[in-house]
This record gives sequence, C-alpha cells and structure tokens, in this order.
Amino acid sequence: MTPSQPIDPHALDHHHVKGLAHHFDDMDQQHEAATLGMWAFLATEVLFFGGALAGYAVYRSRYGDAFAAASHHLYLWIGVINTAVLLTSSFMMALAVNAAKQGNRKKIVTFLILTILLGLAFLCIKGIEYYLDYREHLVPGNIFEANWHEIFPHIDGAHPGSMMFLRQVQLFLMFYYILTGIHAVHMIVGISVMIVLAVKASRGRYTAEYNSPIDMAGLYWHFVDVVWIFLLPLLYMVQH
Amino acid sequence: MTTVPYSSSLGRETTYLNHSHKIRSWLLTLDHKRIAILYMISITFFFVIGGIAAVLMRLELMTPQGDLVKAETYNKLFTMHGVMMVFFFLIPSIPAVLGNFLIPLMVGAKDLAFPRLNLASWYLFMTGGIFALVALVAGGVDTGWTFYTPYSSNYSNTYVVLTVVGIFINGFSSILTGLNFIVTIHTMRAPGLTWFRLPLFCWSLYATSLIFILGTPVLAITLVLVGVERIFHIGVFDPSLGGDPILFQHLFWFYSHPAVYIMVLPSMGVVSEVITCFSRKRIFGYAFVAFSSVAIAVLGFLVWGHHLFVSGQSIYGGLIFSILSFMVAIPSGVKVFNWTATLYKGSISLQTPMLYVLGFIGLFTIGGLTGLYVASIAVDVHVTDTYFIIAHFHYIMVGGAVMAYMAGIHFWWPKMTGKMYPEWWGRFSALMIFVGFNLTFFPQFILGYLGMPRRYYAYAPEFQALNVLSTAGASILGIGYLLPLLYLLWSLRWGKDAGPNPFRATGLEWKTSSPPPTENFEKTPIVNEEAYAYHRMEMTGDTVATH
Ligand SMILES: [Cu+2]
Repeated sequence: MTPSQPIDPHALDHHHVKGLAHHFDDMDQQHEAATLGMWAFLATEVLFFGGALAGYAVYRSRYGDAFAAASHHLYLWIGVINTAVLLTSSFMMALAVNAAKQGNRKKIVTFLILTILLGLAFLCIKGIEYYLDYREHLVPGNIFEANWHEIFPHIDGAHPGSMMFLRQVQLFLMFYYILTGIHAVHMIVGISVMIVLAVKASRGRYTAEYNSPIDMAGLYWHFVDVVWIFLLPLLYMVQH
Repeated sequence: MTTVPYSSSLGRETTYLNHSHKIRSWLLTLDHKRIAILYMISITFFFVIGGIAAVLMRLELMTPQGDLVKAETYNKLFTMHGVMMVFFFLIPSIPAVLGNFLIPLMVGAKDLAFPRLNLASWYLFMTGGIFALVALVAGGVDTGWTFYTPYSSNYSNTYVVLTVVGIFINGFSSILTGLNFIVTIHTMRAPGLTWFRLPLFCWSLYATSLIFILGTPVLAITLVLVGVERIFHIGVFDPSLGGDPILFQHLFWFYSHPAVYIMVLPSMGVVSEVITCFSRKRIFGYAFVAFSSVAIAVLGFLVWGHHLFVSGQSIYGGLIFSILSFMVAIPSGVKVFNWTATLYKGSISLQTPMLYVLGFIGLFTIGGLTGLYVASIAVDVHVTDTYFIIAHFHYIMVGGAVMAYMAGIHFWWPKMTGKMYPEWWGRFSALMIFVGFNLTFFPQFILGYLGMPRRYYAYAPEFQALNVLSTAGASILGIGYLLPLLYLLWSLRWGKDAGPNPFRATGLEWKTSSPPPTENFEKTPIVNEEAYAYHRMEMTGDTVATH
C-alpha cells in the first residue's frame, strides 16, 4: 500500500464529472442525496409552521368570534390576487425545472427570472397590504389599543367582556403577522437562492445531466406556495 | 468484513490531522473529522461553564441558609447550568462529535452528504453559544432552562431574548446535523452495507436525527412566540392578555421531552458498539436493538404531557400521557435485556470504555425505573418540583448520556488521534465518576422524596446531612471529569501509538489507519458480513493485524 499523499479533497478530481462533488460516487447518488435532503428539510419546515398553526388552532377554537371579526377586517381580495400571483410563479418554476431537465439554458434563465419577478410582485403586494392594515390600525399592541373603537365602533369599552374580546382580536392579528411574516421570510430566501441559480444558469452551469439545484429550488418554492394556500383560508376567511 | 487495504503505520503518513496546520484549514474545513474535533473543543468549553455553575450551586447548598450567593444569583446559576448543559453540551455531545466523526467512516463514505452544511452547522452552534454567553456576561437569565411563560415572556427582567435567540440559532445547527446524518445513512452506504449490517450506532443516530429534524423546529417557533410576546407585549402565553401559559408548556415539551432521547439514543448506540467489542460477541437480537431505537424516537413524541400532570391538563389527558410514558419502558427494557444477554458468556475485558458502559447500564436502569415512578400520576404529584425529579433526570442525562459520551470518547480516541489514552488513569477516573455520581445524586432521590423542593437556595435544616453528602460527591465527580481532560491532552503527545485497531473491533472505522486520512479510505470498502462478527473473528483469528 502506498501511504496516502497530502490531499485537498477538492483537488481530488480523478473522476471529474462536471457538477459532481468529490465525496459522491456518481450523479445518481448525488441527486438522490439532494432530493432526500430537501424533503427532510421540508419536513422540518412543516413542523416549524406546524407549531405556530397549533397555537393558532387552539386560540381559534376558543375565540372563534373574535377571530372571525378580526379576519373580516383583512383584505381578502388582496389575498386572493396574491394567491394567483404566487400560483403563477410556481407554474413558472415548474417550467424552469422542466427546461433544466432538457438542459435548455435560455429557457432556464427566462423562467427563473419570471418566477423571481412574480415572487417579488407577491412581496410588493403583501407590503402594500401591510401598509393598508397599518393605516386601519390593525396592528396588535399600542396602535390597536389606542384606536380600536375606529375598528369596532359598536363595542362598548366599559363592558367587562369587551376587553377580553379586544385582546383576542389582537391574538389573531399577531398570528396573522407571524404566519405571513415567516412566509415572507421564506419567499425572500427562495428569491435570493433563485437569483444565484439564474446567474449560474446563464453561465451554463446546468445541463441535462446536472440540474439538481434547480430541481431542489423548485421543491422549496412549491412548498412555500402550498404554505400560502393554507394561510389564505386560515387567515382571510374565518367565519366563526 | 473483507480485509480492506489500509495504510500501515510505516513512516509518517498524511492524516486528516496533519495535512495542514494552518488555522484557516481548520476554520474552513469541510472534513467531517475536523468538524467533529471543532465540536469536541467547543462543547468541552460549554461543559466547563455549565460545570462551574453547578459547583457554585452545590457550594451554596452545603448550608441550609442562603449565604454564598443571593437568591437571584442562584436562579441565574441553575438557569445557566441547564441552558449550557442541555443545549450546548448534551444535545450536541455524541451526535456532533462522535456522530460527525464516525458516521461517514462507519458507512464507508468519504464524507457526510453535505459537507458545507456540516461546517455551517458548527458556525450556527458557535453563534448560538456566543449569544448565550453574552447573556451570561451581561447579567444572566433567571427563568430556568424551561423558560416557562408568562414569567419568561413578561415578568422576568433578565436577558431572556438574548438567550432565546441563542437557543433558536443553535436549534438550526441541530436540524442541519440531523438532516446530514439521515441523508448520509440513506444514500452513502458502501457496497454490501445493507441496513441490517449497519453498526447499531448508525441506527441510533438515525433515530436521533428524526427527532432533530421533527422536534427542533417546534422549539424554534415556540421561542419565536416567546420573543414576540416579550418584545411587543402581546398575550400569546400571558393569561392576563388572553393567552394560555399551558400552551407554551405543550409546545415546549413537544420538543424537550424528545430532546431527552436526543441525549440517550446516541448513548445507546455507543453502548452497543462497546459492549460487543469488550465481550467479543455479536449483539444479542440485532433487529430488536435497532428497531427499539426507532420505537423510542417515535414514542418519545407522544409522551410530552407527563410534564403537565400538575399544570392544569385534563385528567384524561394525564391518564393517556401516563400510559404512553410507561410504554417507553418497553423498547428501553429491550435494549437493557439485549445488552445483558450480550454479556452473557462473553469474554469480558474491563477496559475503560467498558467500565463506562457498565456504569451506563446500571445508572440508566435506575434513571429509567424512577422514570416509571414519575410517569405514575399519583407519585408524580407528590414529587413534582422536588429533588426526586432532579435526581431522576440526572441519572438519565449524566449517569446515562455523559457516561456513554465518556465511553465513546475513550473507545474512539485512538481512532481520532492515533494515540492510546493511559489505561490505568482511564479506569481510575471511570471509577471516580461512578462513585462521585452516585454520591451526588442518590441522596437527592431521598431529599426529594422527603419533600425538598428544587430551585431554592435555602432549605430546611433537617436536609443538611444529605446535601453535604451530595456536595461531597459532586467534588469527587468534578475531579473525575477533570482527570480525563488532563490525561487525554497528555496522551496527544506522550500516548502510545494506537495502530489502526487497538481494541480488535469490527466496523469499517477500524479498517482504516488511525488517525484516518482525509479521504477516509484509500479504496471504497466492500462489506460482505454482518456487524459485530466477533464470533467469527475469535474463531479465525483476527483478519486485521492490529499493529
Ligand atoms: Cu419527559
């Protein structure tokens, strides 16, 4: 046996295949690892949102009236428009993944850019919506406490139950901001990743043989989309 | 297993340790073995900090009146002890150090599936640790490591947010490590290494990783909610603002009960490796041991309510959680029985790792059986928030998890460093730790049963004798932990060369040189045998020359 030589693992290119990391045997193994890794990560994400949704479920089952009343003040039509924007973005992503499978560089870049633009549009619309919410004092804490009679003019502040009702409304608003907020953070992460992928794709980094990153970004983006599909009815369409 | 070519120790080889000595080559390393060493150094540091807090607490408890520290300081001490030991030592201990080092070697791979993610998780770990340290230096936290609301969210005036952010960031380090292990074990096993030929250490870390990726995110979002409540004064968990503090307890224990198995399952993996090697026998009932790990991980997610027996959970909820908690005893018992059966008629040699493992089995059994006491609602109501609970979980987490970590460090130290630890000192400190541990914590069972509450810096005078005993034990335990730190460092320079397989163990990690080369194996190994083929090795003589 020859003693091993000084080795920098990333200089170990004896079986150099474009895009194949040194510690994998072949492309299939690498792709399998990436796919399983992404699914495991999405399982983590489900539990992350799940914790917040569990809290939401507990309070909604207890404070249904307050949740319905508060939900009524959100802009359902903005939420619906945004759903359409995000679904279209997801569709573009699917087309980008499809283009990557064929190794079509131009199409990959085009569809990634469209996905990114629609994602940005979603975030802009969401930002405008937040601003409108703010203008109506739909912000839990001091802003709401000082202005609630503008939102609920029929409520008598002297009535003992009404203070509790107003706090429950703020709980709903808090879940609204936390859930849409962490969703937005996920969008920002996804968009940043896709910008990097688009740049790399434009340099011809992805081929019909090697395109796992785009595939993975696609999985992630669809997941973010699915989360929103749950959030829309849970936040905007509470009946009681 | 087939004899795989490994570099003989002729001449000076290039290993993962000596291929470069630059600081950069450590801080930017993508090698799982180096990252394991980084973790080992970091968690030792956090262990020392948590240990100092424990020393101060034990000194305060020498006398019934509060005299050494103020009550507020004492609160901060036990919080810091818990936070450091649980989140920054025990949870990463075996997985991040031994798991990182061994899993690729055990499955015959060159590295974990995602080396960059692995390095990132160490940086996340350190960032989280720095947040917690800053909180400590700035003045500490007094909520207890459980952060119960609404105290933590609206009433405590200490550095809660800083600490919580630290634990949040640290959580992502756990998640990424778990994800890496799962993917590596699924996709990177060497040819011939089927699931049922895997070392049981891999099975137990696989089960641990499931908890990492499914439990940790729930803790993360819960801590976010605590932070939001604290910063914006919205009543997520504050009853006076419409929230429900019990909801916090549910969410917190949904992670933190399984977290106990994050500490214990890897330990069980170490035990299976060591006990077979030092009994020279195959494991008794491989499949039972393997599946009981998965069973413990799954059941572990269904028992969190046993922390809420006195918190206002419904009596039916309590009953169900009680029954489910009892059920955890089944897979745990299976393991203990199988290990004992492995010992039966084995040719046992009592080297240091084996001493620790035998200690583990005894102490884990006591910890587990007292776990059945506290899973019974009536007994639990009597001993809740007493030293009985402290003693119970320290038997699991120190008597179990730390003992196994020590066993693992000694067992694989020759592989990690190429040097043998001094055997006499090893046995001596294993004994000290065992004696010191029991002297520290057994009196606490009695104290708790007699009704001494936890988390107080002063106590009724009749409890003094047992407390002095406990403090005396803690000093022995402290020296027992100090010794390995010293002699292991000593061995780096003056220890005997270990050779590739000093314990004549099976397992792929022993088929490469010690310390291994960066790429682990010169040729991808091929496996054609079950794990723990000690019977065959004993019959045919060692297929792998040891020196
Ligand atoms: Cu528990």
